[in-house]
Amino acid sequence: MAFTAPKETYSGKVYSVTIGSGDREVTFGGENVLPFHAFEGTAPNRPVIAIEIQDVPPTDWADTVKKPYEAVSGDPVTWAKYCQDELKAKAIALRLVGTHPDRENRSPEDAVKTVKDVLAAVQVPLIILGSNHAEKDASILVAVAEAAKDKNCIIGKAQEANYKTIAAAAMANNHKIVAMSELDINLSKQLNILISQMGFDKEKIITDPMCSALGYGIEYTYSVMERIRLAALTQNDITMQQPLLGDVGMYAWKVKEANAPEADLPHWGATEERGIAWEAETAAALLISGAGLLIMRHPKAIQTIEKLIDELV
Amino acid sequence: MLIIGEKLSIIAKRVREAMMKKDKGPIQEIATRQWKEGSGVIDANIGPAEDGGEELMQWMVTTIQEVVPLPICLDTTNGKAIEAGLKVHNNQWGKPMINSTSNDPERFPILELGAKYNCDVIGLTVGKGGLPADAEERAAIAAEIMGRAMEYGLPLENLYLDPLVLQIATTQDQARHVIEAVKLFQHINEPPMKTIVGLSNISNGCPKALRPILNKHMFVLLQEAGLTAAIADAKEMAEVEEERGLILDVMAGKEIEDKQKMAEIRKTLDVIMGKTLYAHSYLEM
Repeated sequence: MAFTAPKETYSGKVYSVTIGSGDREVTFGGENVLPFHAFEGTAPNRPVIAIEIQDVPPTDWADTVKKPYEAVSGDPVTWAKYCQDELKAKAIALRLVGTHPDRENRSPEDAVKTVKDVLAAVQVPLIILGSNHAEKDASILVAVAEAAKDKNCIIGKAQEANYKTIAAAAMANNHKIVAMSELDINLSKQLNILISQMGFDKEKIITDPMCSALGYGIEYTYSVMERIRLAALTQNDITMQQPLLGDVGMYAWKVKEANAPEADLPHWGATEERGIAWEAETAAALLISGAGLLIMRHPKAIQTIEKLIDELV
Repeated sequence: MLIIGEKLSIIAKRVREAMMKKDKGPIQEIATRQWKEGSGVIDANIGPAEDGGEELMQWMVTTIQEVVPLPICLDTTNGKAIEAGLKVHNNQWGKPMINSTSNDPERFPILELGAKYNCDVIGLTVGKGGLPADAEERAAIAAEIMGRAMEYGLPLENLYLDPLVLQIATTQDQARHVIEAVKLFQHINEPPMKTIVGLSNISNGCPKALRPILNKHMFVLLQEAGLTAAIADAKEMAEVEEERGLILDVMAGKEIEDKQKMAEIRKTLDVIMGKTLYAHSYLEM
């Protein structure tokens, strides 16, 4: 007798989210099945990888991932154009890390100028991230949300401490937002509820359950993402049906395994190859657990994941 | 259902201060209130009480029993403090209870005390390792504790099995495993084993307004599962009497007149049974 693969049917569906505009807009989410289970239902959109750039030169990045951007990363506009034109980025994530009080402490005006310049230079959708300083982000993201009005960007990250200000600014200027909680599915749901209760469209939220790198707690992120997807699909939980974000590059390149020189640890193998693999492996795990949007850094890791997606969809 | 009044706990600031100052006033006031509210036993939780535990437990037992004709549940990890408390306990008001033993060898001497002083003993179904994953694991640990009780001469009718209620805000799945465990425990032995829970932990970490709602629904579900006793807020448990009918009606799929109440009951039951994901605002969705 021929083997018939068992099929699950799900009662819920992930919201599909479109960012950007014109012929460069991109859509992710929209599936009513677990990741890459298109044979059980529909998964109309492939996961999107946004390439990460910064408002200030990436002095704190690992050498391996600094290198491919050496010629362009001195200026966010050049960097963004390089990602769009040379690396064929489908979206760009601009992290305003230079606004952090412990870094360059750039002002909202500085951030606005960077955002406007980048928006003028590229056509692909823009994800605008703060420096993950809850207080400073509130003022920075309000200013840049207004500067990017109607450009249909993603603004983030809104957290428990600052979601009201950021969601209000995103709502007033027609953007999507990233809602980030700290590796706790119940708090993730709670934040989505609180943001929705402000009148913010729940279908314009992207959920970030907080990323972690391979070897440094990725199993927690994996598990929370997986459970969020199951709640969305099997329990039809409308507060958990937002697409999920994997903010991979920032976490993967921070860890020792992605950076340690081969000279110090010869048994770990080539530094460059190892770092790229670390980012790609981290991304792959989150993709499988349900991420619809990934933020990544190294062109080769991105290529690898694009190829993986090609093979899985 | 036997209610063990939970309010005399070192975790509460007012109680802790009274214990430190040996101020009988607040202790006796809270004990009396819990008795009036329907408690059948008064829990005296003095914490680990490594220093002066014996004296403190004796003071608690006599202070409470001076005004309330009820037995005491001696709640500490300090075995010496428990024995000291048992020596002054007035058994005229009923059998004392010990909170608690478990499947951790360090806790086995408690069974010996229980046998020596003819107490009821709470057996927490956890071992030395991590928390039990489900009802079956709890039942397996329960069977080991029962074997150990017999070994130490504690009659099984003196043993109350406690499946360990966990916080719904962080370990939601465990709520239904606990309910299942209460059912399972009764099948391990004939006559059925007695069961007990520390009820209010279900809502620990939840917004204040939600706590009584979750506690009461969990209580009704456990009662339906055949629970024998609960360490709980006696006032809340008295209030359950008014709501039990409504909760049971909704559980049976019946419509009730008050639609808002019905939604509250439905949503709370769904959260406890793991049909919807818990969030602090689950009632508002």
